Amino acid sequence: MKPEELLFSETHEWVRIEDADGVKVATIGISAFAVELLTDLVFMELPPVGKHVAAGEEFGEVESVKAVSPMYSPVDGEIIEVNRELPDQLEMLNQDPYGAGWIVKIRLTDETVLSKLMDFGAYQKQCAEAE
Amino acid sequence: MNEQAAKTSLYDWHVAQGARMVDFAGWSMPVQYTSIVDEHQAVRRAAGVFDVSHMGRLRFDGQDAGRFLDRVLTRRVIDLPLGKVRYSLVTNEQGGILDDILVSQLETPSGRRYYLLVVNAGNRDKIVAWFRSLLTPADGDVEMADRTVETAMIAIQGPQSVQILKQLVKVDLDKISYYTGVVIKSFARPCTVTRTGYTGEDGFELIVRAEDAVEVCSNLFRAGREMGLKPAGLGARDTLRLEAGMPLYGHELSEAINPYQAGLGFAVNLQGRSFVGADALRRLQEDVDQPKRIGLELAGRRVPREHYPVVAGGQSIGAVTSGTFSPTLDKPIAMAYVRPEGAGAELAVDIRGRLEPARAVELPFYRRSQRK
Repeated sequence: MKPEELLFSETHEWVRIEDADGVKVATIGISAFAVELLTDLVFMELPPVGKHVAAGEEFGEVESVKAVSPMYSPVDGEIIEVNRELPDQLEMLNQDPYGAGWIVKIRLTDETVLSKLMDFGAYQKQCAEAE
Repeated sequence: MNEQAAKTSLYDWHVAQGARMVDFAGWSMPVQYTSIVDEHQAVRRAAGVFDVSHMGRLRFDGQDAGRFLDRVLTRRVIDLPLGKVRYSLVTNEQGGILDDILVSQLETPSGRRYYLLVVNAGNRDKIVAWFRSLLTPADGDVEMADRTVETAMIAIQGPQSVQILKQLVKVDLDKISYYTGVVIKSFARPCTVTRTGYTGEDGFELIVRAEDAVEVCSNLFRAGREMGLKPAGLGARDTLRLEAGMPLYGHELSEAINPYQAGLGFAVNLQGRSFVGADALRRLQEDVDQPKRIGLELAGRRVPREHYPVVAGGQSIGAVTSGTFSPTLDKPIAMAYVRPEGAGAELAVDIRGRLEPARAVELPFYRRSQRK
C-alpha cells in the first residue's frame, strides 16, 4: 500500500478505509516517520477484539528502548481484528509499515471524523515542520 | 530554561554524521546516530566514540590543591599517586550527594602537577559554586580553573579501543591500567588519556583542546572504522551504564540520597578523615532502615521507567529510578530504591497500572569478560 492512498492523524497513525458489503472498515497503522522516530522497538500492546474506541482515544501502546508511546485511534468504532503476529515481529513496522505492519481494523460507527484526517501531503508537511 | 543550549566543539561533526540532537543539561548533544541498540552493540562488540565534552572539567593547581580536595571529597586525595584516577563523591554537610566525580593527579609534559576533576554536566555550576564557597585563605595555595569550554572530551569505549587508539598515540597503552592516565603530546598537541569510562567496557577518555576535537574524531574513525568503530550517542550511553549498574546523577543520585543507600560505600573513606559531610556519614553508615538501591530484572517485555512504583505484598515499597530494555540481556532491567522490608519478597513493578513481576538481582547486570 502506498502512503499516498492513506489518511493520517496528527499523532502519526494512518488509516485506510474499505467498504465491505456496505460496512466501512478502517485499517490502522503507524507511519514510517513514527517508526523511524521511535527506533529500537521492543514491545507492542494490542487491544481486545470487540472493544469500542472513540477518535482520539488510546487503543494500545508501542514501546522502544527509549520510551513508551500510546497509539490513538483516528476513528470511532469497534475493533474487529488485530494483527496478532505483529508484537512478535515488530521489524514488520520497519519493513512494511503501510502493509504487513497494519495494527488493528475498526468497523466505523461515525464517518464524519474522517474529514479531520490529513492526506499524505499534509502529513508530510507536518512531519517536516516537526523536524 | 529558555537559554540556548551550548554546543560542543563536535556539534557540526555530530550533525554531519546524521545525529539526532537533544538538549541535555544545557548542551545540545547527540542522542543517537542510527539506533540505540546498534550503537550499544558496537560498544559491547567492537568500539564506540562518545562526545562527553558536556562533562565539567575542573583543574586544580597550587601546592595545597590536594589538601583542599581531601577536605571536600569523600575519598582520600592527598595519597593519590601521580597518574591515578579515583571515583569519589562530593557530599553536603548532611551527607547528601552533591555529585559523583572522577579525581586524578596528572602532570603536564613540562612537569607541572595538578588535579583534575570531571563532574557531571548538570552539576558543574553548582559544584564550582560549592568549591568557591568552601575555599578560604586558610586553604593556602589553591587555584581552581573551569576548563570545560576550552577543552573537549571524547570517550572511546569497547573491546577494540586499545587496538584503535594505539595507532594514534605513541604512549604504550598497556602501561595505562584501569583508572590511570597520562598527559601526552599527540601530533604535537596536548592530550590527556585516562583508562576510564561509563559503559562497563574497556576504554579511554581523551581530553584535548576544543579546536583539536574534530581532528581527533576523524583520526579515531580513520583508525577504527574497519574494526567496527561507530559514533554512539547519549541513548546508548544510558543503556550501557545501566547494564553496568552505574548510577546516574539526577536519577539514582541526588542531594536527598546518601552514599550508603546508593551502594557507594566504597567511595567513602571515613578512616581518620574529616571532610564536608563526614560526621553525618558516620551516623548514616549505621542506619539499616533506609531505602537502598537495587537492580531489577523483569520477565515480560514492558519496560519499567523512572518513577514507576515497586510493589511487594500489595504495598509500594519504593520506585524505579532508571529503566530500559537491556540489549545485551534481551529483557527489561531497572534500578530502584526500595525500603528494607522488600528484601526477599516477591516484587513487582507497577507499569502504568499493571503489576509486572520483577526479580531483585545483584548489580551490575552485565560484567565484561576479563582477559588474562
